[in-house]
This record gives sequence, structure tokens and C-alpha cells, in this order.
Amino acid sequence: MWALRAALIYLLTGFTFGAVMLANKGQPFWPQAWGLLPIHIEYLMIGWVVQFALGVAFWILPRLPGASRGNETLALASFLLLNTGVLFITIQEFSLFFLPLGRGFELLASLLFARHAWIRIKPLLTPKTES
Amino acid sequence: MPLITRWMLKTSLVYFMLALAVGLLQSTRTVWMDIDLLGSLRQLEPVRIHLFVVGWITLLIFGVAHWMFPKYSQERPRGYASLAWASYTLLNIGLILRVIGETAAQPGTIYGWMLVASALFQWLAGLAFVLNTWPRLKVK
Repeated sequence: MWALRAALIYLLTGFTFGAVMLANKGQPFWPQAWGLLPIHIEYLMIGWVVQFALGVAFWILPRLPGASRGNETLALASFLLLNTGVLFITIQEFSLFFLPLGRGFELLASLLFARHAWIRIKPLLTPKTES
Repeated sequence: MPLITRWMLKTSLVYFMLALAVGLLQSTRTVWMDIDLLGSLRQLEPVRIHLFVVGWITLLIFGVAHWMFPKYSQERPRGYASLAWASYTLLNIGLILRVIGETAAQPGTIYGWMLVASALFQWLAGLAFVLNTWPRLKVK
């Protein structure tokens, strides 16, 4: 739920930055508007689309025996790392290290999520398919 | 599958094909340099990207989320239909205005104002979707 809510926040923020740039393209009012482009892309591709997909996957992938979602700590860590990564990329202008750090956090988030989801990606066991 | 979801998914498929068609048009520049169908196809790159990311991916997500997310309430299982239709209509008008305005982009002209209107409509579409979807996200 937190990942999906965060994704919605990124959707609206990313749309806001995009709207400012598009309006500025039509009727120029702020010459620095194009500086928002990297954050616009980051928020909509990673913050919105990727995070939404991960949130839905966590919710909807088959559960393990006992209706467990498996190691939820890994999913939570993945959520925190992904959002910290996006945050570092947001403030990349303040230090040369923030961009690679942000990308590194995002990569780590993907690894942890893959580790979490791997065992949940399995065929649905029904009497017909069990054999 | 609710009616609005069917509209969203089918429209998103149309945008998907349009985005790839624009890509094909752009690619003709490299094959037939002197047969440049639209004159400034490179200018269409933002249109191609947004047909793909907004028209295809985002509209597809809007449709599936509206269909499959947890119920808002027994009386209104999918939240407010008016907000869902608003997000669909505004996103489409915004995207079409962008395609027209961006193709003929001349800042300060009527086409420039089309881009301003497009920006506003798409932002409002995002807001309508978030307002309708947020209350449906519940711990299960």
C-alpha cells in the first residue's frame, strides 16, 4: 500500500513538473523550466511506473503456504531504497556523488525486490496441475 | 470489466499503435532522406515518447487500477465514476492538444496556448485519478 501511495504522489509531482515545462514551451515564462526534465523523467519512470508495478506485484503475486507473502522485510527494504534513490537523484545538483548513489540504491532495490518475489512466481497449484 | 476500463484499455492500445507509427515515420528520414513526409519529424520525438508513456502506459495503468483495486465502499466499489471519466477525458484531450500543438509548435501563437491547455488538462487528469484511487488503497 505504501508503494502504491508513493507512486501516486510521484505521478502527481511528475505530472506537475511536466505541465510546467509543457506550458513554458507554449508560452515561455520561466527559462529555467527545462532544468526539471531529469526529475520529471525520474519521478514518472521510476517513482510512478516502476514503483506502481512493484506495489501491484507485491499485492497480487501468488502467496506462499499459510497465505504468507514471504519475506516482507525484503520488500520493505526495497521500497525504502528505491525512494531514497529517487530522492538522491532529485538533489543530484548538490554533489557529483548523488546521481551514482541514487542509481546504486535503485539497483539494490531491484535486487531485493527480485529476491522477495522470486519464490512467489510459481504456477497455481490446483488438483489438475499438481501432477 | 467496467465500461470506463474498456474505454481506457482500448484507447491505450490505439495510442500504442500511434506511438509506433510515429516512430516508423521518423525512421523514414534515415532511409529516404529526401522523402521527409512531415518536414520536421525529429520535432515529433516528444510526441512519440508521450504517446507511448502517457497514452499507452499511463492510460493502461489507469484502466487496470480502476478495475482491479480494492473496493472503495459497498455502495461505490470503484469510487466516483465522474472522477474516473474526468481523468480519461482530460488525459485524452490533453494528449491530443499536445500532438497538434507540438507538431505545429510556435511559441506565443494559438499552438503555444494549445500546449498550455494540454499541460493543464493532463495535470487535472492526474489529479482526478489520484483523488479517486487514493482512498481505495487499503491494507489487506
